Amino acid sequence: MAKNDSSKGPDGLTHRLLSTGALDLQEMLEAIGVDSVDRLFECLGDLALDRPFDLPGPLSDGELREYFQRLDAMNRVPGRDMVSFLGAGAYRHDVPSAVDHLLLRGEFLTVYTPYQPEVTQGTLQAIFEFQTLVSLLTGLDVANASLYEGASAFTEAVLMADRIQKKRKKVVVSRTIHPQYRAVLRSYAKNLDLEIVEIGWDARGATDAEALAAAVDEETICVAVQSPNYFGVVEGWQTAAEVAHEHGALSIAVVAEALSLALLESPGAAGCDIAVGEGQSFGLPLSFGGPYLGFLATRDKHKRAMPGRLAGQTVDSEGERAWVLTLSTREQHIRREKATSNICTNQALCALGATIYLSLYGKRGLRRLAEVNLQRAAALRRRLVETDGLSAAFDGPVFNELTVRSAEPVARVLRDLEEAGVLAGVPLGPDYPELEDCFLMAVTEANPPADVDRLLRALEERTHHQEPAAV
Amino acid sequence: MTDRETQTAPAGADRRVPDVAWRNEGLIFERSRPGRIGVTVADSGVDERPLDELLPAGLVRDEIEGMPEVSEVDVMRHFTRISRKNYALDLGLYPLGSCTMKYNPRINEDMARLPGLAGSHPLQPASTVQGNLALFWALEKALIELTGLARVSLHPAAGAHGEFAGILMARAAVDARGENRKYVLIPDSAHGTNPASAHFAGFEVQELLSNERGTLDLGDLERAMTEDVAALMLTVPNTLGVFEDHIREIAEIVHGKGGFLYCDGANFNAFVGKARPGDMGVDVLHMNLHKTFTTPHGGGGPGAGPVGVAPELVPFLPVPTVEKDENGFYLSHDRPQSIGRIRSFHGQFGMLVRALSYIMAMGPEGLKRVAEYAVLNANYIRKGLEPHYHLPYDAPSMHEVVFSDKLQHDLGVSTMDIAKRLMDYGFHPPTVYFPLIVSGALMIEPTETAGKEELDHFIEAMVAIAKEAEEDPELVKGAPYTTPVRRCDEAQAARKPVLRWRPEGEEE
Repeated sequence: MAKNDSSKGPDGLTHRLLSTGALDLQEMLEAIGVDSVDRLFECLGDLALDRPFDLPGPLSDGELREYFQRLDAMNRVPGRDMVSFLGAGAYRHDVPSAVDHLLLRGEFLTVYTPYQPEVTQGTLQAIFEFQTLVSLLTGLDVANASLYEGASAFTEAVLMADRIQKKRKKVVVSRTIHPQYRAVLRSYAKNLDLEIVEIGWDARGATDAEALAAAVDEETICVAVQSPNYFGVVEGWQTAAEVAHEHGALSIAVVAEALSLALLESPGAAGCDIAVGEGQSFGLPLSFGGPYLGFLATRDKHKRAMPGRLAGQTVDSEGERAWVLTLSTREQHIRREKATSNICTNQALCALGATIYLSLYGKRGLRRLAEVNLQRAAALRRRLVETDGLSAAFDGPVFNELTVRSAEPVARVLRDLEEAGVLAGVPLGPDYPELEDCFLMAVTEANPPADVDRLLRALEERTHHQEPAAV
Repeated sequence: MTDRETQTAPAGADRRVPDVAWRNEGLIFERSRPGRIGVTVADSGVDERPLDELLPAGLVRDEIEGMPEVSEVDVMRHFTRISRKNYALDLGLYPLGSCTMKYNPRINEDMARLPGLAGSHPLQPASTVQGNLALFWALEKALIELTGLARVSLHPAAGAHGEFAGILMARAAVDARGENRKYVLIPDSAHGTNPASAHFAGFEVQELLSNERGTLDLGDLERAMTEDVAALMLTVPNTLGVFEDHIREIAEIVHGKGGFLYCDGANFNAFVGKARPGDMGVDVLHMNLHKTFTTPHGGGGPGAGPVGVAPELVPFLPVPTVEKDENGFYLSHDRPQSIGRIRSFHGQFGMLVRALSYIMAMGPEGLKRVAEYAVLNANYIRKGLEPHYHLPYDAPSMHEVVFSDKLQHDLGVSTMDIAKRLMDYGFHPPTVYFPLIVSGALMIEPTETAGKEELDHFIEAMVAIAKEAEEDPELVKGAPYTTPVRRCDEAQAARKPVLRWRPEGEEE
């Protein structure tokens, strides 16, 4: 064996990721007063596995690169290999290089949760800045330090509303909320004595206002609506918020494309009590769905009902400004089964990435970026008339995503386009049987107009190929 | 002169310039200057229409007051400066018990950033992401081999999330049998997430008291384990670093009454590559990839908490799972008894890449050495500190050792004071005041990646502090002196919470 195989024990070299050399081992065993490491594992008795583990490795960095590059090459991904209009809760946006360079600093990357504030002011200050940015974007008073991702964050928002409302049982949610978010809510709610009522949509592709008003009553904990919704339609939250408040229920605003907050009316201004969603658009790579960034904001009066960590400002013993984790009596490590959530971690490094991204774009850049997304989606919508068989399914306003209806079966169209190097969209049929002739298309600043040209060309070529068969 | 200077500054330190910019970096909002920007936004390249043609007027907001206006270099300096106020694992020992702060290999970071992996969209057709699905498959296989369980779900976003998924599966399984089991048993030494997760799965928690060894008393367990109990949640080794040496008998008692044995895998690092939870009778186990498998903690996440299960619980796994047929790998939702979806998409993919990279870097013998040196290092510290600190439970230690402040307490020096003073010696403190069953606990987990000289320095520092506590307790109680800020007033933060910055003139 040529590798620095640690199985050689005291005579061999130790593995590169360990720091105990043969001499160290000998000295340490002597200091402890045992003759071998095995003595320290006597408690395992016959539980110790009596055969070698069947695992690959040990590999050098070079060998690892070779292995993972092989996996990398098995994928065909947006931007590199394919033109892509995929969105549906995960959006491809340009990320400035500065974001990742800062995230790779060991001072941020290799820090634990800042329970010891004197030596973690960097992370704490960044969390405080993140909370501020989320508050500003949502138009609400306070935000937490982040949650796992959009779907579980949405569920946490409903559970939070349930805590505030105590005796009520009914949760009213629009079916235009991301289907995966609603699926997670169902998984959590199963054992918690909550009744979930789902509301359909109208011709605009927005939540059916009449059905919503009819469903909300004095038993209702909260009313949740997403905007832009899963169909891409900007519906706003105001109507739902008003209906909720008439019956003493809370209003939850759900956001799956966080960039829209830079341009659209904020949940706070619309009267919502809680805003929750997915922050992936703020500088996080698509990374096949994770890690992403759940966010949650609310009004000041509900801050103690929030789940998750919070950073707060205070002073040190010399009166200097400092930051600490605070209101932790809500959390599981203090309250155990009475905690506001079982959540222990947040997505600190993802939240830091978002904080850096939002700082770079800033007040003007973020707004302009949102406008570019809006204009490109509007242009795509206009160009659908050039196609033979695709049309906008709904007439409501959109931000950077829209529902497209196809005259031909969606699966076949998408498959043909995939073969032509275009990931045209996400089919709606699997989650909405009544929309099996529709799919979702997203367009961002990462889709130059040439992407749309390519899509239209591929559609056209496809039609030509099919013509002889049709004759 | 302030205390800080008298305590720590060498002669001549008064020549230091007090207001060096990078040491006094304010908030990003306070750096803001109108007209600055840190990016170039590309043109839309399309015929732009007026906003009011595209959106109803009432749905468009104004520019957001208070959002920062800063250049790229402003941003780079701001975050670099505040990063220097962190003590990081890359700087030295970070002996937080139960947290397993071990070195984060940089190859993992590079692999997670490969463009074909980091650039893949979660809703791409399976035919275009065979590399990702093969990676899921390889990691699940490796974790199955390491745990001895039947299947592993890679979905959970963190340990507590894996715990929740695990306990939901136990719930679904007893419900499927038509039983109405109400309780989950949890020892008093458990992590707080255990009772919280059980509660959110709709169970009531019954607490079991630890015996004088810090482990479970079999008699107590037999009495508590009735047919109303769905599961026992056990941490192995427990939070005192002690292995439950009767684990097989414990499993038999739990199984005998039709319950499930849940293992909190937060401390898997103590025996990874040596023994397998599945062989001990464990039915459910969550693993913290950010502990045992070196994905970075990042200041509190993202983590990842895969959950493995015994054959009886496989029908209840969260969806989707990764399966394989003649056409290759695919995501399957065909699991009628599944607990359902617990998050969007398919898990913390980027963290899963890092964990697989680590497992392959170590290899089977290397992983075995991980556990061995983790235990060796903890015992080395135990030996070095035993004469100076009280050891409340003297059962053999595995990967961590728990001392208390009993000897220092009478001198007026508490665990918190010792922790803060350690910062002056250049170390991150251990976990403090946990587990709850030890008054003034100091829970030390050095991990296998610490070298002997680092352990020696840490022991010397702890011994020096014990001596300071005897000779000059006020010195210890006033610590820290050399950190970017002095001791923070956490009580004030909670009493009058200030949870955000506000633009000037805006009301609270």
